Amino acid sequence: MAESDVTGSMEQVPFVDYLVLGEEPYLRANECQNCQARFFDRRNACASCFGNEFTNVKVATIGEITSFTIVEMGPMPYVSAIVDCDGTPVRCTLTGVEASPEAVQLGMKVELTTYSMGEDSGGTEAIAFGFAPTK
Amino acid sequence: MGSEDIWIIGSNMTKFGKHPERDVVDLASEASVAALHDAEMTMSDIGVIGVGNLMNAGAGIGQQLQKQIGQTGIPVFNVSNACATGATALRVAIMAVKAGETDVGMAVGVEKLAGAGLLGQKGPKPKSETWEPSGRFGAIGSTEGRIGTNIMPGVFAQIGMEYGHKYGGTSFELFAKISEKNHAHSTLNPLAAYQKRFTLDEIMNDVMIAYPNTRPMCSGNCDGAAAMIVVNDSKLKSLPASVRKRAVKISASVLTSDPWAEGCQVLPDVNTLTRNAATQAYEQAGIGPEDLDLVELHDCFATAELVHYDNLMLCEQGGAVDFFESGAPWRDGSKPVNVSGGLQSKGHPIAATGIANIHEIVTHLRGEAGDRQIVGAKVGLAHVIGLGSACGVHILEKAA
Repeated sequence: MAESDVTGSMEQVPFVDYLVLGEEPYLRANECQNCQARFFDRRNACASCFGNEFTNVKVATIGEITSFTIVEMGPMPYVSAIVDCDGTPVRCTLTGVEASPEAVQLGMKVELTTYSMGEDSGGTEAIAFGFAPTK
Repeated sequence: MGSEDIWIIGSNMTKFGKHPERDVVDLASEASVAALHDAEMTMSDIGVIGVGNLMNAGAGIGQQLQKQIGQTGIPVFNVSNACATGATALRVAIMAVKAGETDVGMAVGVEKLAGAGLLGQKGPKPKSETWEPSGRFGAIGSTEGRIGTNIMPGVFAQIGMEYGHKYGGTSFELFAKISEKNHAHSTLNPLAAYQKRFTLDEIMNDVMIAYPNTRPMCSGNCDGAAAMIVVNDSKLKSLPASVRKRAVKISASVLTSDPWAEGCQVLPDVNTLTRNAATQAYEQAGIGPEDLDLVELHDCFATAELVHYDNLMLCEQGGAVDFFESGAPWRDGSKPVNVSGGLQSKGHPIAATGIANIHEIVTHLRGEAGDRQIVGAKVGLAHVIGLGSACGVHILEKAA
């Protein structure tokens, strides 16, 4: 059926512009060419060395939890974590793990995952990222 | 500091809590008039005012205050610097006096927050038919919950957990014990919003806000104001003995912002700017952490208090857990911390906080703290931090 072909090549948008979609999704940082400081937002200059030349770099997709909290305000508790991805700290929500202090440990190994947030009225699918315990 | 020392000669804070019948101008006026009275002065003596208020930062609260208590045409600086707003207003008054622009300055911090709910949470964006990227990260929806958290209890929970990951020894119970201490201290402070003592069990079994911070481990939104009058040496000499003998010396006054550190734009780094401010303050004052008789530090959450023991160098680097477990920061310990009850019980009317913590130190150095007096207190430190970030550290000394 023609429709299924259309669905197969459905347009996707990332939840944030630093999430790069594709076969192997990854987070993209702006790295200062002078001091290698990394940033996730657009830059006018480097906050560390004031340089103004940046390169797009791929952030490691596996990391270690250096801090977390379980936010219990709101309808569903969720785990917010800071993940050290080979020297680049990333903030994320954990997926694939129960939101309880027994299920999450400091130092735990986690990896980047993506999931669908659904489609908008034009049929575009939004893809968000999280980190889940490594298998 | 420079050639002339700066002195606090008038100081006051309102009771913190719910003041439904009174607006920010009423509260600011109460604290200001009382501070003037304390200094045996009137508005005609004041040469500059720094006024802090966060929730109405564009409303010219300084001018509204003058319209209520005395319009003299002097310069007013309305400032806003997150939770360090009060300390920033005081820095303005101190800088003006140090610069020789005037001999007498006033600083006021005021906030009405009772019932304001959780701060730092953005409301949901209006639903769009299509995904629309917006903001600095091109997000197509609210990042709260989707990319971790930005709410204050969560951010500061992560700051405490990060310390635990780095140095070990932290636990839910440890953080709850810090809160137990501050609530116990609050029972002696009649100006605190909450004066209820909690058992450790009660704290741990209360509503969880953001693990490991339960509700009593979070600072309370409330209403309040604090005000202070500062003068230079030469002015002090001209004042009556009754004022001079109660004057408290500002041995250090420092304000810092957060310098670059890897990851500081992912999880705020409240450590480096606090350590920098403390280092500068100890150097200015020629006083070390070992000389402090009491400390009021910014315990906006129980998890925050722990890291600031370390940042203010009250313990060895990495030694905050041992420092707490030793009993040092209890009011009968070797280094009393937050004998006012801290933000968790005294309350946190944001812009008033950075002056109220200094008021607490002033009260002890004057020997006027009543039941909660730290006997023989001669030197104290007040610390405040506003996320974003701004850090104020003041070291005060009793007049010789």
